[in-house]
Amino acid sequence: MTLSTRSTPPTAQGEARRRPGRSGVSGRVPWMLLVPAVVGMAFLVLPLAGLLARAPWATLARRLAEPQVLEALRLSLLTATAATAVCLLLGVPLAWLLARVDFPGRRLVRALVTVPLVLPPVVGGVALLLVLGRRGLIGQWLDDAFGVTLPFTTAGVVVAEAFVAMPFLVISVEGALRAADRRFEEAAATLGASRWTAFRRVTLPLIAPGVVAGGVLCWARALGEFGATITFAGNFPGRTQTMPLAVYLALETEPEAAIVLSLVLLAVSVIILACLRDKWVNSP
Amino acid sequence: MSRRLFRWAVAAPLALVLAAGLTGCGSGTADTSAPASSGGAAKTLTVFAAASLTGTFTELGTTFEAAHPGTTVKFNFGSSATLAQQITQDAPADVFAAASPATMKTVTDASLAGQPTTFVRNRLEIAVPAGNPAKVNGLKDLADPKTKVALCAEQVPCGAAAVKALDAAGLTVTPVTLEQDVKATLTKVELGEVDAALVYKTDVIAAGDKVQGISFPEAEKAINDYPIAALTKAPAGDLAKEFVDLVLSPQGRDVLTKAGFDAP
Repeated sequence: MTLSTRSTPPTAQGEARRRPGRSGVSGRVPWMLLVPAVVGMAFLVLPLAGLLARAPWATLARRLAEPQVLEALRLSLLTATAATAVCLLLGVPLAWLLARVDFPGRRLVRALVTVPLVLPPVVGGVALLLVLGRRGLIGQWLDDAFGVTLPFTTAGVVVAEAFVAMPFLVISVEGALRAADRRFEEAAATLGASRWTAFRRVTLPLIAPGVVAGGVLCWARALGEFGATITFAGNFPGRTQTMPLAVYLALETEPEAAIVLSLVLLAVSVIILACLRDKWVNSP
Repeated sequence: MSRRLFRWAVAAPLALVLAAGLTGCGSGTADTSAPASSGGAAKTLTVFAAASLTGTFTELGTTFEAAHPGTTVKFNFGSSATLAQQITQDAPADVFAAASPATMKTVTDASLAGQPTTFVRNRLEIAVPAGNPAKVNGLKDLADPKTKVALCAEQVPCGAAAVKALDAAGLTVTPVTLEQDVKATLTKVELGEVDAALVYKTDVIAAGDKVQGISFPEAEKAINDYPIAALTKAPAGDLAKEFVDLVLSPQGRDVLTKAGFDAP
């Protein structure tokens, strides 16, 4: 995620002027950085190579055409997108609150917001059941008043994914807000704009790259979500069985099918992420 | 210079990827198991066992340690299919106890275990939340669309057994979820998220007061055999066979039947 800081500290420029020799050599990469960087890259890429090496290419087309695979893929894309929408709707205002409003207990709230990041997703799923389940604190009331139960529904998948993915969005949007120049908002205020107008017309366009980057990260996390989803929403083909769940169950009996499913999920996510990145996120 | 460095930086991981791809095709039989440290004082016995054996095997492990001073028994409990896969990938295991003959077969087919012995059998029961809110009495109540039912996925042994039992009864049940293992299925019952589930009798007993079990005659058609075998590459050598003998002994059977398993 790249967040551009607008104000360049004056000292950095001065330092560059003092050492003119440095600016000429743009290429020499220090070994101390190159070696770990290459190892890191290999570490991330090799497991993918392993998947490719073991993929049953001969039966790939036949396996892909299975209706269950397409159904799981459709459900995955649908729920990840819906979860990202929920996260944007709730997460951006939350990030704004954390970055712009001074209220007591703000540090505690910020820490709590990131809890789903460290919580094992399965525990997150159990926690969701305890609150939103049929006998949960809120779920019980939802069931009595509206006859609505979230577990074992597609909406439940969206809830589980949003729970796990939202911190990614909140953290990156909050970072963008902190890096953004507040003087623009202050200027808007002096010109008579309300805080809501300033947020809508000035702040939001200013932090758009950060929001998109956070959204992409959030979507990617939601797409790969497994633990909270299977715990809270269960696993039923066509309704709650997303790709990661299908992969896990395929692994029980047919490891080759699991590899095929993983490759599909991988290919789709890489394509979408690559497109989004080029279009929206100004990475150098 | 810099350009060459960059080219190298790109080429190196690519070469690694290629190398991995090539070796990946041919590997699979590499021998990584450490040789048996026979005669040494401190020995470790590693037992891979189905998740449903967690309670009983932990108890038997303590018994084994008491009978063999200086020996530590380590357990890896999990889904039988996952464990079988780990063993075929050369995980350093001494004993494998599976929840189904099919998962044991993947290990014996790879010549990694001797002749397996069936040591217990497990039967299904209907698990309902304490108090049985949906008034489930038998298998046919599960076919009622108003009853929320959780089953194990067909890919795992408890799911395969559930399908067999329901087929034997001639019933069509539409579950709300197909869980990834028996414990996850039981959790849904414990939390009251479903009205009923088909799980093993041993799991119902292990869950205590939170869950009630209802036995049904069709379970007879879907009995699950549990095979156990010492592995041929067992790092602990003869200790592996001794552990298997303990499980098969009257003492071992006593522990297992108390937990709800049937004798074979």
